[in-house]
Amino acid sequence: MSIWINEHSKVLVQGITGSQGTFHATKMIEYGTDIVGGVTPGKGGLLLDMAEKTVSVYDSMFEAIQATDADASVIYVPPPFAAEAIMEAADAFDQIKGEGVVVCITEGIPTLDMVKAVAYVDQRPGIKLIGPNCPGIITPGKDGGCKIGIMPGHIHKKGRIGIVSKSGTLTYEAVAQTMSIGEGQSTCIGIGGDPVNGTGFIDCLSGFQADSQTEAIVMIGEIGGTAEEDAAAWAAENVTKPIVGFVAGATAPPGKRMGHAGAIISGGKGTAAEKFAAFELAGIHVANDPSEIGAVLAIALKEAGLL
Amino acid sequence: MNIHEYQGKSMFRKAGVNVLDGVHCTSIEDALSAYDSLGSKVVAVKSQIHAGGRGKGTLYSPESGEKVMVGGVKIAFSREDVELYSRNLLGNKLVTIQTGENGKIVNNLYVEAGCAIAHEYYLAILVDREAKAVLIMASTEGGMDIEEVAENTPEALHKVWVDPAAGLLGFQKRNLGMDLGLSGTALKSFFGLLGKLYDVFIMNDCAMVEINPLVRSEDDEIIALDAKVSFDENASFRHEEWEDLRDLGEEDDAEVRAKELGLSYVKLDGEIGCLVNGAGLAMATMDVIQLYGGEPANFLDIGGGAGEDTVNAAFEIILEDPNVKGILVNIFGGIQRCDLVANGVLASVEKMGLEVPLVIRLSGTNYKEGRAIIDASELQTYSVDTLAEGAKKIVELIGGE
Repeated sequence: MSIWINEHSKVLVQGITGSQGTFHATKMIEYGTDIVGGVTPGKGGLLLDMAEKTVSVYDSMFEAIQATDADASVIYVPPPFAAEAIMEAADAFDQIKGEGVVVCITEGIPTLDMVKAVAYVDQRPGIKLIGPNCPGIITPGKDGGCKIGIMPGHIHKKGRIGIVSKSGTLTYEAVAQTMSIGEGQSTCIGIGGDPVNGTGFIDCLSGFQADSQTEAIVMIGEIGGTAEEDAAAWAAENVTKPIVGFVAGATAPPGKRMGHAGAIISGGKGTAAEKFAAFELAGIHVANDPSEIGAVLAIALKEAGLL
Repeated sequence: MNIHEYQGKSMFRKAGVNVLDGVHCTSIEDALSAYDSLGSKVVAVKSQIHAGGRGKGTLYSPESGEKVMVGGVKIAFSREDVELYSRNLLGNKLVTIQTGENGKIVNNLYVEAGCAIAHEYYLAILVDREAKAVLIMASTEGGMDIEEVAENTPEALHKVWVDPAAGLLGFQKRNLGMDLGLSGTALKSFFGLLGKLYDVFIMNDCAMVEINPLVRSEDDEIIALDAKVSFDENASFRHEEWEDLRDLGEEDDAEVRAKELGLSYVKLDGEIGCLVNGAGLAMATMDVIQLYGGEPANFLDIGGGAGEDTVNAAFEIILEDPNVKGILVNIFGGIQRCDLVANGVLASVEKMGLEVPLVIRLSGTNYKEGRAIIDASELQTYSVDTLAEGAKKIVELIGGE
């Protein structure tokens, strides 16, 4: 098994008629994702030809889920409307199925919009929100698999390593590192770099711990907030599988936003040094350099008798 | 995005939050006529820069580097004082614990009427990323560094989290006021002020509103004596008015231009320029350069799907920095195609010339094509497979440790 989504998950694309939505819907279909429809209010009834597949467009998430029995949705809606798209998806999945995975790729959503959206999602316990401002989630399959997001599918391979990260390209780097020692991935999740987001490290670690396919975990954090410290403390108590950790931003100056809205050291809190220290305290195998993740993972696997 | 105290107070005033009368000034003459018009014998002459710790800062002459005055916020008891203080503040460099040693030139002053203070408090509204909610923090220890309060006397720091569906509730305002030891008129005044301040925070998409100190006057009015306001830039699409509040003089010129070009750039003090796709990878690139004995000159994320133009603009901004002695390009192509970056690099070098060593690491989508483009050119570059190799190579080339 994998976590949250599997090779056969049925996926809707919110904002499918926009340029980003169209581009990535096509890429997802090419990878093997079962895209069962799209949603753009006002464009219901439209049929889109994408990668040798015809995809129906619906006016609302409610209508789309009823028609397709989708398991997940992915949002490529511009920032002013993205928080509302998240809430629409959460409401529709909750009403119709009582569960669903909502992945929001959009970057640049106002923080107060996300405060509202996350509270709305949290009232619906069956709904899992990944992102926003993230690469998405992917479960590589035997051939193809389920890719919900913008990551390059071809760098992945089915395997036993679970990856969770705040960053996009650094996740790809971690994937490449697992491949460099001949390991594939169970599920890779980018939780996003915004200050307020949905699923956090602990949710993912808990999923990986419970998942029989996952035998080891790579966790990549970055400066800002205390999510890494909290996750490390939780993992020390609850995770028996080996974890390899890296934190980006050791050289970042305080008070400056490093690209991601959440990546800012404020009031001396959220530094990389604190996070690395928390990792070590929790028995997480630390890589000081992302190019070392593969080697450190190999050591961790060996120590656990998995190699 | 940060704004000045005088701008924050003008927002407060419009929203009905108690502030003292004050005038924004850019010259000594302005300051003197402000003093005359305020009709207050005692006034505060406050330097306006985007950094805290002004009161305890020191003024230096930007030309000679000589020390001019201690304190970026001065209490003036006469017209002569106002003249002296504004002369010492304006045009000089204010160094505070938050500005770094380069300090900031004071171009703006705020001359504010005085008031009789009975007690100083601390009040802040911000987004608590762990609780995923708006957090209001208040303390009876006003005027002090809040980090110190949190560290040394956490019992003096009171917190209220706002339920986004319910908003800030009456009992929360009342309880917080009582936690600060307020009662009677003062509690009522605090209750009113906090509600209005919360509205300011929400309506203006603030990232933070900090008032240090918030004061109780001798006649039990609660007044915002300070206003540190910053906005969530993600919300700029619904706040056209922010353009007028932006003080470009307070922002790094290269950072502003980079932003206009769709790049995310932060200037640092080192010697190795970095060009990377993705914020996390850009940070990691800086870290690894340092790990191998170098110092990064910048953070630079060209984003996903950058074309030749973006790469060009990135090179221009990196090479403008006279400290740059070498460049490391680190691309992990996802949406980004490595061949496009390679073409961008070639075009940039052709256009601008290149006098410093260049190390390129291309990985992911179309990396083979990208490398072939670089290798086929006459460009003096070094191609590497991993970030670690790249960092080691560039550090070696510029003669670092």
